[in-house]
Amino acid sequence: MAVKKISKVQPEKFEFNKKNKETADSIIKNYPSGKQQSAVMALLYLAQKQNDNWIPLSAMKYIAKYLDMPYIKVYEVATFYSMYNLTPVGKYFFQVCTTTPCMLRGAYNLVDVCKRKISEDENCLSEDGKTSWLEVECLGACVNAPMLQLNEDYYEDLDPTKLEQIIDKISNDEVPQPGSYRGRLSSEPENTRKTLIGNKNA
Amino acid sequence: MLEDKDRIFQNLYNDFGADLTSAKQRGDWKDTKEICGKGREWIINEIKESELRGRGGAGFPTGLKWSFAPKEVGSRPHYLVINADESEPGTCKDRDILRFEPHKLIEGCLLASYAVNAHKCYIYIRGEYFNEGQKLQTAIDEAYKDGLLGKNSAGTDWELDIYIHYGAGAYICGEETALLESIEGKKGQPRLKPPFPALIGLYGCPTIINNVETISVVPTILRRGGKWFSSLGRPKNTGSKIYCISGNVNNPCNVEEEMGIPLKELIEKHAGGVIGGWDNLKAVIPGGSSMPLLPKETCETIKMDFDACVENKTGLGTAGIVVINKDQDIIKCMARIARFYKHESCGQCTPCREGSGWMWRMLERMAKGEATRDEVDMLLDVTKQIEGHTICAFGEGSSWPVQGLIRNFKDEIIERNKFDPIVKKQKDIPYLIDQHLLEEENA
Repeated sequence: MAVKKISKVQPEKFEFNKKNKETADSIIKNYPSGKQQSAVMALLYLAQKQNDNWIPLSAMKYIAKYLDMPYIKVYEVATFYSMYNLTPVGKYFFQVCTTTPCMLRGAYNLVDVCKRKISEDENCLSEDGKTSWLEVECLGACVNAPMLQLNEDYYEDLDPTKLEQIIDKISNDEVPQPGSYRGRLSSEPENTRKTLIGNKNA
Repeated sequence: MLEDKDRIFQNLYNDFGADLTSAKQRGDWKDTKEICGKGREWIINEIKESELRGRGGAGFPTGLKWSFAPKEVGSRPHYLVINADESEPGTCKDRDILRFEPHKLIEGCLLASYAVNAHKCYIYIRGEYFNEGQKLQTAIDEAYKDGLLGKNSAGTDWELDIYIHYGAGAYICGEETALLESIEGKKGQPRLKPPFPALIGLYGCPTIINNVETISVVPTILRRGGKWFSSLGRPKNTGSKIYCISGNVNNPCNVEEEMGIPLKELIEKHAGGVIGGWDNLKAVIPGGSSMPLLPKETCETIKMDFDACVENKTGLGTAGIVVINKDQDIIKCMARIARFYKHESCGQCTPCREGSGWMWRMLERMAKGEATRDEVDMLLDVTKQIEGHTICAFGEGSSWPVQGLIRNFKDEIIERNKFDPIVKKQKDIPYLIDQHLLEEENA
């Protein structure tokens, strides 16, 4: 389980780059005027992406000013939601789902692979500093279990061997194809489809 | 079994592609203008007649919910909010709608917004579904370009803007008022009800909140008629539903079927049967992790709809069916679910915040056989202390699976945890204290 703690090493300054500033401004426009606080989650996510996948305190302060809201409110949000990383994680961030439906199909075997090939402790980076992993709660792809999320992509229908191959590729900076690793295109039953037969391979 | 022509989600397995052109070929956006032309009352009545019940878990009648929205727009604007924060373990139906049938959802948003007088619609997607959200955004952009959204949406003279709001990994935001808090840029902690969101919701304005699947079936219902929808299933449990079958089955899958289909048929026919054969079945969680599990005997006969599940002391929930076979340790499975709830409790109400951790720790010990006999009853007592004592339904959601385990597998737990009570002399110590902590070596 993730330890939600603030990194001891913090950059002094954070500012959105030009592109993210434009994105942030357009997101704020999605909400009624005066309700710009609604954009805080999206802005934190932008900050996280800009800052190598984690959010420093300076970014929270920056966003608080950006949205004209108290710093503590931004801090509250950043610490409440589990997708915000408050300490550095790997450039390649594996999140292995181990909730019961995945567990039933062997998610803990994937965890073992991560422990062996990335780092023993889920809060530590790998030796080359590029990768880290985390055990997370249900990612909502239960019929494609066991699965994991690598940055923004889902890797489904895995087994330990396939995960080892994925991690090997990652350590060479190749990003493997996301999706099912048993050749499934969606959540249809493998080989035994009984419904929507007429549509098949339409 | 439902005939293929009666399946609403023709592109559930992405045979055609999710773009606007192929969606239109499947019949989406057909006569949207004419449907709106029949008026608000007609739409709401048709949905009432279809007896559509919310697909997000609670099963509240959708038509009734819509009719709670004020008839006239006062000083405050109305909002429509779509709950796509699908996080219930065992459930992954909304994901397929978002990525393969986005236009059903968008058209449903337009019709629902029209019916409840909303000009703005927010779709709250869980943050992990980033790619699915992008696909939906592409579809929304297509719709704007084609004039289906915006000032004069689909020629209906109704202005509608749809925005996507991403969550960031909090299960509790699937609770409707926590979701509203989250959209407002706060921690996702549920609000007290009443006031209900239909009167005071997002930004204090009247807000209707519906699940993705509920809204996505609306266009088809209005096109084919409420009578058609209510002819499927049985009264009060009508229509079709996407079932997600995961766990120890040969072919885990999502499938759209008629309400009230026997559970055995779903597992045997669509999901390729239980791994190791039907006799290897141990238990089934019928409606996502928060619903009590069913023992094998019940699975033989139960029909999957709202009322039949309630009769069997469980619930249809989100229809996320998790099959557990005899190769698994049932106590461990439930301990993992308890850990999920411990992790996801928002921390607002004490019984849930503390109790979910107690349940997890006790179950972990029970899985290892380290608990005492009397702790089983104590665990049941803890679940009763949580249930009904919290602001939102999370309290029930976290305690029901544990109650289900004790109800059906108490013998097995006691078989494994035969120890006599550790501290016999101190029986008068309130049960609130984890008694194993009183042991000398743990002190």
